[in-house]
Amino acid sequence: MRHSRITRIVFVGLIAFMFIVGGAISKPTFAAEKKLKVAAVFETPIEEPWVHQIHVALLKAKKQLGIEYTWSESVKPADFDRVLREYAEKGYQLIMGDAFGAERITRRVAKAYPKIAFVFGSALGPAEPNFGVFDNWIQEAAYLSGMIAGKMTKTNKVGVVAGMAIPEINRLVNAFIAGAKDVNKKVKCKVSFIGSFFDPPKAKEAALAQIEDGVDVIYAERFGVIEAAKDKHILAISNMSDQSKLAPDTVITGPVWDMWPTVKYVVGLVKAGVFTAQDFGSFSYMSKGGCYLAPYHKWAKKLPPEVKQLVEKRKQEILAGTFRVKIDEATPKSDY
Amino acid sequence: MSEILSQIFQIGFFAALIRIATPLIFGTIGEMYAERAGVLNLGIEGMMMLTAMAGFSTTYFTHNLWLGVLAAMATGVLAGLLMGLLTVSLGLSQHVSGIGITLLCSGLSFFFYRLIFGQPASLPKIKPFHTVAIPVLSKIPIIGPIVFNQFALVYIALIFVPVSAWLLYSTPWGLNLRTVGENPKAAYSAGVSVSAYRYQGLIIAGALSGLAGAFLAMAQYNAYTFGVVSGRGWVCIALIVFGQWDPYKSAAGAFLFAFIDALQLRLQASGVIHVPYQVFLMMPFVFTIVGMALVSRNARVPAALLKPFRKEER
Repeated sequence: MRHSRITRIVFVGLIAFMFIVGGAISKPTFAAEKKLKVAAVFETPIEEPWVHQIHVALLKAKKQLGIEYTWSESVKPADFDRVLREYAEKGYQLIMGDAFGAERITRRVAKAYPKIAFVFGSALGPAEPNFGVFDNWIQEAAYLSGMIAGKMTKTNKVGVVAGMAIPEINRLVNAFIAGAKDVNKKVKCKVSFIGSFFDPPKAKEAALAQIEDGVDVIYAERFGVIEAAKDKHILAISNMSDQSKLAPDTVITGPVWDMWPTVKYVVGLVKAGVFTAQDFGSFSYMSKGGCYLAPYHKWAKKLPPEVKQLVEKRKQEILAGTFRVKIDEATPKSDY
Repeated sequence: MSEILSQIFQIGFFAALIRIATPLIFGTIGEMYAERAGVLNLGIEGMMMLTAMAGFSTTYFTHNLWLGVLAAMATGVLAGLLMGLLTVSLGLSQHVSGIGITLLCSGLSFFFYRLIFGQPASLPKIKPFHTVAIPVLSKIPIIGPIVFNQFALVYIALIFVPVSAWLLYSTPWGLNLRTVGENPKAAYSAGVSVSAYRYQGLIIAGALSGLAGAFLAMAQYNAYTFGVVSGRGWVCIALIVFGQWDPYKSAAGAFLFAFIDALQLRLQASGVIHVPYQVFLMMPFVFTIVGMALVSRNARVPAALLKPFRKEER
């Protein structure tokens, strides 16, 4: 079949055009290739408080450290293997996430890709050569929050509504109770578990039950508790992130987990090509900036100065290393 | 011991009991209409999730709580119609269709949540329903603050129980619905449209699951989050068996479940009985299962439940 000259010219022109455009498009891609590709795989939606803190830190890294960042949320343990491998095959150099529900699967996939850095939230240890771990070691800030609760309670009854009795939660609750009791010997504690990580209506009912029984400062380990405290006009301590906005008159402060030091350090290691399997847990400690007390906001004026001083003094001792908050992962129990 | 009991059984306890029971009453009564017409609606868990999302988002943008409730009910009706299409018109397996609806609706609810709200830095919230004290009645000692100082949706749920009993047992419509669930062939030969009644049962079930979802996300709590339903739909499926497909008994089942749930929350926090907290948490479920096993021995399941109706088929 003979083509006319014009058709041929148009055809050749089109091909040439495609090459030029293709080249122009692919050029920045080559430049972007240098960007570190980071992926995160989460078992829950990113609204889950624990996962949310990792996600926020990675978003910050995207802005400040110039990484490329994508994530998958609500990945069921049965799909973990597939999703992790997809990212690994796509050339992601660092994969982060929470491994609690899929511990073995994640470790197995990591073994299959020794050149890729895997850094996961885990209660277990790191594994050579490429599986690093971190966790919410924020008991210091929980202890300081407990001190405030112990000082602010008028009924000497302090409550905690928590998700499940797992080490990650137990050590925060125990540190909180220890803080309250260290500053006020008369304090008695109530502890309730709702048996899930996300059931705000149930958490709210558990909180209301405690409040009926005289609790007037409550540690809102899970969502739903602050709303109960607000309705009943008692005080609350938030958890994981700064939640003052939910109820500025109710929430005094609370421990905040900041994953930024961990993410910054890990990204630096991978970029430098010196990543090794480590326990990055210490980057969640107060001295590294991995946790802190949420700003007082409205309570900056309302909190008695002596309470603030007491907390500040203890905080400095923690930062100086002269005071250590005991890590107690036993299941906390109610006093009365 | 008497000290603990007097500590637990306060007005707040009974008010909490009614609050916890309300979404279960909506769900169970709704499920009753569907099952009385011969359709097991296993889609209820997902329907509650999707309707909670629809109701919450509508209120979030319009600042109108009742509009949110209507949106939740409308969404439930749509899901009920889909369930009807699968099980009534196409005559597919009710188990598979129901589970499919639950998976679809729960997936859709998260999908639309992301689509509408993106990734908010903090959870989007609404101003939820407040409790409404009914004049005069709320002044009655003890009963007043327990029953007559609740959310408006609680009153609707409580009224819905006798209304449902009347509809079911005292109206021609109720007779037809029950006949369709017992003996669809007889109903058909008497000129009653089987598929029309089954659709109606599912529409009511959807609308009521909408009320349950709206109550969870807009009255008991003030945000839509995953986990806001947390298996309450499945509890309704069990309660309807416990309640022997009867409105009063089903409501009684919901109250029993809520009673034990409210009780375990208080016992767990009281620190008097030293057993692992999981024992407390499973108490309402254990009681429901045991109760169901005992009661359902005399229960009469709607005879045509799970059986698709095909005209002209012998």
